Amino acid sequence: MYSPRRFWIEWTLAIGFLREGRAQSLMIMVGVAVGVAVIVFITALIQGLQANIIERTLGTQAHIRLQSPDEVNVLLPAAAGTVQLVQEDKRAQRLRSINNWQQVSAALDQLPVLTAVSPLVSGPAFARRGAALESVALMGINVERYQQIIPLDRYMVSGLLRVGAGDAMIGRLLADNLGVRVGSKLRLETGEQNSAVVNIAGIFELGVRELDSRYVYLDLEQAQSLLNLPGGVTVIDMTVADIFDADSVAAQVGRLTSLDAESWIETNSQLMNALSAQSLSTNMIIVFVAISVAFGIASVLSVSVVQRTREIGILRATGATRQQILRVFLIQGAVFSLLGSVVGIAVSYGLVWMFNSFGPGLFYIPVSPALVMLAIVLATFTGVLAAALPSRRAAGLDPVVAIRYV
Amino acid sequence: MFDGVSEVLRLQALRKSYNIGMPNEIEVLHGIDLVIGRSDFAALIGPSGSGKSTLLNLIGLLDRPSSGEIYLLGQATQGLDDAALTALRGNAIGFVFQFHHLIQAFSAIDNILMPLMLAEGKPDKAALQRARELLAAVGLEKLADRRPSQLSGGQQQRVAIARALITEPALLLADEPTGNLDTQTAGEVFELFRQFNRERGCAVLLVTHDPRLSATCDRTIDLVDGRIVSDVVHDTAGSGGATFSE
Repeated sequence: MYSPRRFWIEWTLAIGFLREGRAQSLMIMVGVAVGVAVIVFITALIQGLQANIIERTLGTQAHIRLQSPDEVNVLLPAAAGTVQLVQEDKRAQRLRSINNWQQVSAALDQLPVLTAVSPLVSGPAFARRGAALESVALMGINVERYQQIIPLDRYMVSGLLRVGAGDAMIGRLLADNLGVRVGSKLRLETGEQNSAVVNIAGIFELGVRELDSRYVYLDLEQAQSLLNLPGGVTVIDMTVADIFDADSVAAQVGRLTSLDAESWIETNSQLMNALSAQSLSTNMIIVFVAISVAFGIASVLSVSVVQRTREIGILRATGATRQQILRVFLIQGAVFSLLGSVVGIAVSYGLVWMFNSFGPGLFYIPVSPALVMLAIVLATFTGVLAAALPSRRAAGLDPVVAIRYV
Repeated sequence: MFDGVSEVLRLQALRKSYNIGMPNEIEVLHGIDLVIGRSDFAALIGPSGSGKSTLLNLIGLLDRPSSGEIYLLGQATQGLDDAALTALRGNAIGFVFQFHHLIQAFSAIDNILMPLMLAEGKPDKAALQRARELLAAVGLEKLADRRPSQLSGGQQQRVAIARALITEPALLLADEPTGNLDTQTAGEVFELFRQFNRERGCAVLLVTHDPRLSATCDRTIDLVDGRIVSDVVHDTAGSGGATFSE
């Protein structure tokens, strides 16, 4: 019933009206363009900012950490009919290995949702040089596997990425505090009547104060013997392909291994709260900008309907149906927003380019084609929606009254 | 009543009231019976407020009667929906208004083509040819691409007449078509109606205040206070279907 042949005249009329009311059309298109530019720029800015924050956070963290569950006191159940009063001290959590970690690790290697698996042994120690004593965290790692979790090579500031055979890597702040440099010797002491002298092969800077002043990377075997956990590991670090999927993967891994799995989202819940609050406020800005643009389109079209009352009457008298009049004005709304949004996108590209070129340079904003497409489609849809009310009024005009309208 | 070929329009007991159901309800037309024949050239006259324009709007299917029936080309129109009315109006009726009423955003030739474009979409070669012929017939072949704002009042009214004729309607309705023109231009425009009535055999019903114009029509229908008080045929040549009502 409805054919492209009939659409042609509606399109022609809509464009004719737009061109005739050039100044109005231009103004509302500028309005749409500004709205779309603001929306696209803010969205891209926030997306870039959040991606940057998350990337920095995850640059020094595994996505999921797997550890032995805490040891708990096991109470004998009370006999039936008796009341049991319990005063219980929590057990001290000693450093202990994950049971059967080789098999767990091998099983996790087979999980397609995980992109990397790195078992490591981690425990407390003191680093001593002369009279200086610093508390440190020993990290016994397999370099090849650990490298996939945290790309240490990116963070080396001097020396080599090498552990094993008495070699260790320490953080920049720790090196400064102890006054050591690459090639210096360092004594590591644990509470297990164990100590070793290591050679500092490399110094790294992760950019996180806590880590740079405490981490000492060792070979897995050497750390095991220092921490008195021969053959054991205390933590299995993992990464996943989709970082926002980490929670559900962690739950899955936890069920699979009966161990405690903690995702980065849990670990950084404060950060995630901040990010989602930021997203919420961004979305509110977007919605309100979109609403005000929609009202702009609606008001311009309402004025246009009043101005064209007589012409609408003539069109109706010369054979236009109500549906045709309706569509003529809906098309105008769509064209306003389509053209306006294309200009707006160009402007937002300009803004993003300026931010990336002359801005603070803290991070780079990418503009995704998906965002651009979405902005155009949503803007056009909003335009049609905003045009609905004035269009209905135009279509509902009584031709007899409309023709006599002066 | 049974001769659907010789009559273009038949009105039966047509009534129109405004403000129905309200204290200021008023009946404007009190039962109009009228037949317009195939090649009638009729003037509808009457004092202001007698209901001429209301009657014309009803005949043109722009407005709907409160009661009674309008047969257009033998087809009853009560109970047709908006789309069917629009289609029938597009096929059977051409309109010419007092204030020429062109669409300002379009050229003269596009205005003439508008009824065709609204019904069928992009005009084909034959339609363009027909529009050019009509432009030539109203003497504006050189001004096809002018906008209405670049034409004089008389020229605009000629474009409006050409527009009314593009669909080759059986009935041409004109509401004071010369009311806004000087006497010489009015005479020329009136002559155009004459010419189309003679050459194309389309019935013409025009509302006018001008006694000189109505005197040159074949038939004069006098409407006073919503009733036809006289219906006179002046010249039997070329007024095949004219009848007296009442």
